Amino acid sequence: MSSDTPEQLETGDLAPSKPPFWRNPKVHALFFQALLLTGVFIFFGYIFNNTVVNLESRGISTGFGFLDQEAGFGIIQSLIDYTPASSYGRTFFVGLFNTLLVSALGIVLATIVGLLVGLARLSQNWLIARLAAIYIETFRNIPLLLQILFWYFAVIQALPSPRQSLAISDFAFLNIRGVYLPEPIFEPGFGAVFAAMTLAVVIVFVLSRWAYRRRMQTGQPFHTVWVSLAILIGLPGLAFVVMGAPLSWSLPSLQGFNFVGGVSVIPELAALLIALTIYTASSIAEIVRSGILAVSHGQTEAAYSLGLSPGMNTRLVVLPQALRVIIPPLTSQYLNLMKNSSLATAIGYPDLVNVFAGTALNQTGQAVVIIAMTMGVYLTFSLLISLFMNWYNHHSTLIER
Amino acid sequence: MSDFKTHPDLPPPVTEFGIVGWLRKSLFSSISNSMMTLIAVYLLYLTIPPVVEWAFINADWAGTSREACTSGGACWVFIYARINQFLYGFYPVEEQWRVNLGAVIFVISLLLLMVRGVPGKVWIGFFTLFIFPFIAFFLFHGGIFDLRVISTSDWGGLMLTLILSTVGIVAALPLGTLLALGRRSDMPIVRAVCVSYIELWRGVPLITVLFMASVMLPLFLPAGVDFDKLVRALVGIALFQAAYVAEVVRGGLQAIPKGQSEAASSLGLNYSKTMALIVLPQALKMVIPGLVVTFIELFKDTTLVSIISLFDLLGIVQSALTDPSWLGFTIEGYIFAGLLYWIFCFGISRYSLHLERRFETGHKRI
Repeated sequence: MSSDTPEQLETGDLAPSKPPFWRNPKVHALFFQALLLTGVFIFFGYIFNNTVVNLESRGISTGFGFLDQEAGFGIIQSLIDYTPASSYGRTFFVGLFNTLLVSALGIVLATIVGLLVGLARLSQNWLIARLAAIYIETFRNIPLLLQILFWYFAVIQALPSPRQSLAISDFAFLNIRGVYLPEPIFEPGFGAVFAAMTLAVVIVFVLSRWAYRRRMQTGQPFHTVWVSLAILIGLPGLAFVVMGAPLSWSLPSLQGFNFVGGVSVIPELAALLIALTIYTASSIAEIVRSGILAVSHGQTEAAYSLGLSPGMNTRLVVLPQALRVIIPPLTSQYLNLMKNSSLATAIGYPDLVNVFAGTALNQTGQAVVIIAMTMGVYLTFSLLISLFMNWYNHHSTLIER
Repeated sequence: MSDFKTHPDLPPPVTEFGIVGWLRKSLFSSISNSMMTLIAVYLLYLTIPPVVEWAFINADWAGTSREACTSGGACWVFIYARINQFLYGFYPVEEQWRVNLGAVIFVISLLLLMVRGVPGKVWIGFFTLFIFPFIAFFLFHGGIFDLRVISTSDWGGLMLTLILSTVGIVAALPLGTLLALGRRSDMPIVRAVCVSYIELWRGVPLITVLFMASVMLPLFLPAGVDFDKLVRALVGIALFQAAYVAEVVRGGLQAIPKGQSEAASSLGLNYSKTMALIVLPQALKMVIPGLVVTFIELFKDTTLVSIISLFDLLGIVQSALTDPSWLGFTIEGYIFAGLLYWIFCFGISRYSLHLERRFETGHKRI
């Protein structure tokens, strides 16, 4: 029993000996991290070195200099001024804006269709619910690329030639070259209408804040929706009439073999948009459905027992809670849609990947810079969206209780 | 005085039960509902009969060339004439038994994994995931045991689609698991490296990754080292998929109570033993349904390799559509390919739902 004497414990004979330094977890951690860091550096150094050597042997000088060179190829759709004499740098922006265009349109349309299908899936009407389920299960399980090719090669290419266009009276035409719609032409004086529109939006914003605050304090409801609609339509309408209807339409008309005038939607954009909308809407519908089902039925019952109308129940009780579940996966679907829009390259819609990482890359051979810039664009957007998501999660948890 | 007799129960009104009751409740419960039902029925009437007529009644089923397609309906002869190419690509017909043999081994091991109560599932799973791919490669590619060498450029069709997706997920699994562990590590540099890897790959579209793999991979390697196109695409897919697998596995790791690893530490297990023996077995089992969903996404995404001119199922159908002797059967081609993809994806997703229910053992964390 002598071993338990305090003296011996102090001298450290039986006290737990300090582990050797290579067993120390902190040393372990430092060692592994140093190892990983060295590995990463060696890996990138190796790649960088190889790339430099390979580029030299192929006679390509890498860098951003090529962005100022003349591109020399045409692009079928551009939102900014572009001619074959423009620079490669400009093709980047043409592609970027085309990607943003199809993504923005796709997001709006897919949200509308997805919301409708998701609600239809929950409908009490057996037939409607079945049809929505069939829609979802069909389009979710077929690859998007196949759908894009189907709409482009099987549907749009089967449309009639411009001379036999499908037409809605004299206004809209549909043929193998795309969709032709009347184009609004703003005449001087239309600025006042725009100003009235902006004013109406500001008024509605202030009004809804005021109505919300009043409802929170006194509980009195206010018909925000109807009043807002009246302001939004009435103010610009009034300005329109006062300024003497400063708007005319340019109608598309057949001249020779093609249409002139009006706005045209190129068939590539139409096919891509239809496919993206239908495909993404099937995922959004499922998200909407699960979001609404996540709000327990007791909430609705409680709302009814408080005397809320079905509309108020949806607007004030179910939707705010469902949105908290819906919005995170919804934003990731939006991001998916934007990334998926790069499949445009399969049918030749001039998006970023097709124009910049396709044609421009083939012409210049600047693979490293071009691929990095293209990836950088998508990466930036996905980081922005995840920043927004973090902000939203923070925001919505603050409201909670 | 007569006995008091209760009146026998009246039958429920005819409108409340049976077919009529069901119709009233689920199709015609209100005016707006009835309108929607009628509109839907009318739309179905407009679409279903012509489609059925085109696809079945007026369709041509037998024949060998486009001359057999005369009736104006769908021309399934086209599919029939090309089916071998759609399934095997340009793989020589007399060597296709090798692909079939590989497929049979694969299906048998999958069935053994699916059926409950088969002993040694861990070993079967290990075989399927890590040994079978090598067997399959030598079987399909040849070069040993007097097997003729079939270059990967002849692989195609459904076979290539299945190879790309299974190899993609199998290669992504170990890397993804490591990344998930790294993302949950206490070491800041390890975590930073893993997070940047995951976010980088998840932030870019697969098509740019494939472009990178086909254009930039040759630049990254020393001069003279070159892979064939299939391997390059596989490297791209595996690196890309690893990021998605990592996020799924991370979900599983987060669901394991901390007490498990604490108990392991108190038993004296070190980090690698804790993970390998205690945490990962539970976490990986939990994420199997999630992995199956990832697999479905990958299965659909493999169609993108047709853009870098590999002939997967969609690629080969697309190229068959431009064959001058079979022009004009675009819709038939896409419907066939779509149907195959749909059967696989729908089947696997149903199976994953079934798994989710089966693994529901009741100790979900609240």
